[in-house]
Amino acid sequence: MEAIRQYIDFYNEVRDTISARSCSEMNAQREDAMRTFSAQGFPSPKVERYRYAKVEADFSPNYGIALTPIAGQLPPYCFRIADAEPRVRVLYNKVADTTDSIVALSTLLSIDTLVVHVPRGTKVEHPIQISNLLKGEQNTMVSRRILIVMDELAQADVIITDRAASQSRFLTNQVIEVVMSDGSHLSLYEVEETHLLCTRYSSVFVQQGRNSRLHHTNLTLFNGHTRNRLDVRLQGEGSEVTANGCVIADKMQHVDNNTLIDHQAPACQSDELYKYVLDDNAVGAFAGKVLVREGAQKTVSRETNANLCATRSARMYTQPMLEIYADDVRCSHGSTVGQMNEAALFYMRQRGIDEQEARLLLKAAFITEVIENIPLESLRDRLHVLVDKRLRGELSKCEGCKLCDPSLTPP
Amino acid sequence: MLKIENLHASINGKEILKGINLTVLDGEVHAIMGLNGAGKSTLSNVIVGHPAYEVTEGSIIWDNKDLLSLKPEERAHEGIFLSFQQPTEIPGVSMVNFMRAALNAKRKYQGLEPMPAGDFLKLMRQKRSIVELDSKLASRSVNEGFSGGEKKRNEIFQMAMLEPKLTILDETDSGLDVDALRIVAEGFNKLRRPDSSAIVITHYQRLLDYLKPNVVHVLIDGRIVKTGGPELATEIESRGFDWLKNS
Repeated sequence: MEAIRQYIDFYNEVRDTISARSCSEMNAQREDAMRTFSAQGFPSPKVERYRYAKVEADFSPNYGIALTPIAGQLPPYCFRIADAEPRVRVLYNKVADTTDSIVALSTLLSIDTLVVHVPRGTKVEHPIQISNLLKGEQNTMVSRRILIVMDELAQADVIITDRAASQSRFLTNQVIEVVMSDGSHLSLYEVEETHLLCTRYSSVFVQQGRNSRLHHTNLTLFNGHTRNRLDVRLQGEGSEVTANGCVIADKMQHVDNNTLIDHQAPACQSDELYKYVLDDNAVGAFAGKVLVREGAQKTVSRETNANLCATRSARMYTQPMLEIYADDVRCSHGSTVGQMNEAALFYMRQRGIDEQEARLLLKAAFITEVIENIPLESLRDRLHVLVDKRLRGELSKCEGCKLCDPSLTPP
Repeated sequence: MLKIENLHASINGKEILKGINLTVLDGEVHAIMGLNGAGKSTLSNVIVGHPAYEVTEGSIIWDNKDLLSLKPEERAHEGIFLSFQQPTEIPGVSMVNFMRAALNAKRKYQGLEPMPAGDFLKLMRQKRSIVELDSKLASRSVNEGFSGGEKKRNEIFQMAMLEPKLTILDETDSGLDVDALRIVAEGFNKLRRPDSSAIVITHYQRLLDYLKPNVVHVLIDGRIVKTGGPELATEIESRGFDWLKNS
């Protein structure tokens, strides 16, 4: 109760500032959002989609709340919402699940939206890269909105990276809405590389038209507490989605991926693969539902969650779900949780590779499949390097940082 | 020189080796023959330091070093190589990365810099031709999807890369057709040096026909019960093991 009060009070105090810095499309949504948020508060673990998250605890610390609009030069096809085309602006908050209180909190507190709009038939040659850099001496909450609109037959790659440049506590509440018109292709990559004091809530909502194709890969390379939600609605016949993810977590890190692939139209395909490597006392959760609605005949779907627990104290919760209301479909779902392959470890040691290096090679090998599935070659190469550095403890934030000090537990 | 004295070893509390004495001089090839369950594979696993086996008594001295005090990877760096009876599949680890890690670990142990990438790839090309493995080898995952023959050829390829001083062939002939056996055996012979030695574990004589061992031992129930020259292998081929059981 305390926790929701602090956000409501804050909003009431600064509502005029928020409204003045924002735009009409966003302001128009705030009252409904306030009603949803104050009625529901933070979801408890009894709420199915929040079973593995500790939402109240994550939002309880006293954060300063950033109210800064997007500034500076934006790359091609990117706009502040106020500068986007009117038909694009009205899509704000139309794809997100407005009954969800975390989304409502975002709608309440966000003052700007980054719009990526690719017009009809345009193929964007270079990947659009959106870098979020958390910086500041104060403990800060950031409310971030992104709206991606792919017109008919448009094609683009979008890479969103999250990094932290200061050792403060950060809480990010991100909502990404994606509208894909008929025949559009989008590859959307999210890479988190923050630190142990960072908490991330990310909710991605995608609506796909006929014959559209989405590739989504979400990589959690370094974090504190992370909860990623992905909802994909396949509304147009013949649309396809690949939803992949990989997680590397150790120490006290916590990563929860929660997905819904909603087959609403016939002849759509979904392919989902999430892989986790958990070490030390890390906790991972994966809950993924594939829903095949009545009439979604000729659906082809595959869902796999594979996990490697490198220690006895690392824990993984996995819950693949499949609900089918059509009778002419091909669907599979499954998950595995395994330990280090001792035979492979010994084989490598016999060839002279020391135990630590052998473990590292096996961990990297385990998730390499997710990276190999990435269509963008330059990103693939970069990620192989990043994963190797991550597993060796060589990511930049590890240098000279005292966050692994046991006296400092993550939020 | 390898000198094993009064070696006792057990797995899960069950004693398998019951006092092995064995000396292999540099340049020699020793064959160890015996029925299933006699302890042949246990002996090879103990020499390379498999963590599942416990040595309860005895010693292994290799080049004046106490082998039993070394980790498996250190034994490898000291020049001991096991060609596994069932080579392990390691999905996701490519042969090129695997061999590079192994070779550079050994170079580091010897105080050398890592081998430049170009030289390394050239070396791989050279060595794989010895056992007739093709250019796809480098990018394939270690042993994954290899046929039985390819796996054994891959073991000899790794031996070629690492240039061990003592090679243990643990039933390298099992599951090989005649052609694969010839490739593996001829590959092994090409790699022999005057100072390198080998222990060859086998049930059959056909591999020994190629490798021409200096000494043949018969292992029964955890002990070496008979030692002889190459003619002992021939005798076992015709008479079996029964006549040796009470010797």
